[in-house]
Amino acid sequence: MPDLLAARSQMAVSLAFHIVFAVIGIAMPVLMVLAERRWQRTRDPVYLDLAKRWARGTAVLFAVGAVSGTVLSFELGLLWPRFMELAGPIIGMPFSLEGFAFFTEAIFLGVYLYGWEKVPPRAHLLAGVLIAISGAASGIFVVIANAWMNTPVGFTLVAGAFTDIDPIAAMATPAALPQTLHMILAAYAATGLGVAGIHAFLSLKGRTSAFNRAALTIGLIVGAPAAVLQPMSGDIAARSVARRQPVKLAAAEALYETRAGAPLTVGPGIKIPYGLSLLAFHDPHAVVQGLDSVPRDEWPNVPLVHLSFDVMVALGIYMALVGLWAAWLAPHKRDLTTRRRFLWAVAIAAPCGFIAIEAGWMVTELGRQPWVIFGVLKTADAVTPMPGLIVPFTAITLLYCGLAVIVGRLLSRLIVQSPA
Amino acid sequence: MLSLAEVLAAIILVALTAYVLFGGADFGGGVWDLLASGPRAARQRDLIARAIGPVWEANHVWLILAIVLLFTCFPQAFSRIAIALHVPLTLMLIGIVLRGSSFVFRSYGGGGGRVFAIASLITPVLLGVCVGAIASGAVGEHGARSTEPFYSAYVAPWLTPFAIAVGIFALTCFAFLAAVYLTLETTDAALQDDFRQRAIAAGTAVFAMAVIGLALFPQAPPVNDRVVALTAAAAMGAFWSLWRRRYSLARIAAAGEVTLILWGWGLSQYPYLLPPDLTIAAAAAPRITLELVLIAVIAGAVVLFPSLYYLMRVFKGKSGLGYDTRP
Repeated sequence: MPDLLAARSQMAVSLAFHIVFAVIGIAMPVLMVLAERRWQRTRDPVYLDLAKRWARGTAVLFAVGAVSGTVLSFELGLLWPRFMELAGPIIGMPFSLEGFAFFTEAIFLGVYLYGWEKVPPRAHLLAGVLIAISGAASGIFVVIANAWMNTPVGFTLVAGAFTDIDPIAAMATPAALPQTLHMILAAYAATGLGVAGIHAFLSLKGRTSAFNRAALTIGLIVGAPAAVLQPMSGDIAARSVARRQPVKLAAAEALYETRAGAPLTVGPGIKIPYGLSLLAFHDPHAVVQGLDSVPRDEWPNVPLVHLSFDVMVALGIYMALVGLWAAWLAPHKRDLTTRRRFLWAVAIAAPCGFIAIEAGWMVTELGRQPWVIFGVLKTADAVTPMPGLIVPFTAITLLYCGLAVIVGRLLSRLIVQSPA
Repeated sequence: MLSLAEVLAAIILVALTAYVLFGGADFGGGVWDLLASGPRAARQRDLIARAIGPVWEANHVWLILAIVLLFTCFPQAFSRIAIALHVPLTLMLIGIVLRGSSFVFRSYGGGGGRVFAIASLITPVLLGVCVGAIASGAVGEHGARSTEPFYSAYVAPWLTPFAIAVGIFALTCFAFLAAVYLTLETTDAALQDDFRQRAIAAGTAVFAMAVIGLALFPQAPPVNDRVVALTAAAAMGAFWSLWRRRYSLARIAAAGEVTLILWGWGLSQYPYLLPPDLTIAAAAAPRITLELVLIAVIAGAVVLFPSLYYLMRVFKGKSGLGYDTRP
């Protein structure tokens, strides 16, 4: 395995692993806080039980997220020292802010998890709210750093070095808003429907306790609105990519030739006339740049980016439909656990958000290749000179596989133990 | 008058000091978990787990903060460290992952106690090895070596007697801090005495490793006599207060001792970030970055310190906030 491929693979494994825990760390506090608040209002012990059980699960996931995030902060330099040397002064700012947001999150998570009997109820709920806010903030800051890699601004490039850098302008990079919006909604949609899906499945298996119904409802309250809004933020993101990273869009849509009135290619061989021009520019006759607009050696891996994009879009649309169905049922105030077809639809949605997130990051990251900083620094020029990178890649992969198995077993035990 | 770059270098050292004083003690707790013995072994382990539980996650973030500030403010230094110390840093990361995840798995009934204890033993050594390699100048000189064969380029810089001595020194410091802190985590006199003995033993080991480390330093050790005198005074104070069972005083003295060791290291390298040639000024990012980071650090501290104070008061005060109504 060539060193560059090993380094990229290690980064991919580390990010793919971490993102699951990061996303849950952003959204689970919202669910916990909603459950705890309902308990404080209704004094229904089911909600307290729910908040406590969710907190236990979140503790495990958050810890794994924290340590895998530490790994990433080092890997940025261990694998891509040239990138960090160049970009550190510019994108260090969002990373520093993320550091503080994450710190706040870790502090109040400690208060929340271990403080049930040590701090007053209001302070406890407030700790939960602070975790939710700082969790979202740290996600936003990290995604801003990534957005800068896609649409780098805030510097003048002179002979391969940055001069006149402006870290504030860099944070206001054009991709920042579309990407952060898309990611935060994804976190709520994936986690909310993930939780709802698990409890929908348990309901189908005859576990229709008040506990299960409460979990299903709160999962839907967080997940469904986010899932419904997500296609809109996806549209904003896609139009931003169309304008600023046309090659990425061309790869995502497998558009080889630049043309006006470009069709949308869905799956193998199905083309919707004018579809791509409409989606990318809201104009059926707009010219969409194809892959032919750049030299062949600047193409990303087109089949993989295209497949990932289609998977993400398909799952996103499915989740939005499930979200709309939930919204349709919501005013009827009927017991959701009697609606088996709906429960099946939600249960199937449980893993969809996480798969869509992985696929979406494949589009973002693979679609930017061969660049690490788009148009500025190639990934091949950023990699560490150390040979033998297959060894750390293998070690990290095995480590994370082992962790995934243990986390899976622990969580399934926590879920099975919940009141039937 | 300190320059802006020097202020930020000092802030990074503050973050690293906090990581050692808080996160280091969590690693030290793992060491005592591994070495738990006698009739109270199970209760020793239980005490360690209860002491670490609420705070380890927050304590751990100091390391992330130090790294992020390093790559933002001194990108060239970060890049050189990441290249030359790739192997020990990767091993250290694996240790951090195993330690953190096994601790939480164990807390939630997933087993992994052994992994927690062993990872707690190895990770501090690797951290110390990295510091030792930097202090000895091997990382600073590495630029010319990256084309040499693998061993001489990527192993030899840190696999030196001095760096390994610093690694073991770090481990003894962490174990010492943990033992001292643990005397204050319980009101049980027998448990207190267990950790008092361990603290005295570990404190002696710290002293022995300091002597060995200085003897192994490649050149004449560039240490500041006044800092050494202060460190020795703090060490004597720690021993004395442990002997007299003045545990609160012992905590202050032990933390002071370890802080002085770290700052003594910092002062001995000054003005170099990576000896022998990369100075703080030469490695610094453009001024605008340094200014913004300083503002961010100040703003962050305004949020952070009250929050940290609250966390410590809830869990490390004598009886929390005195609030104990069960739901």
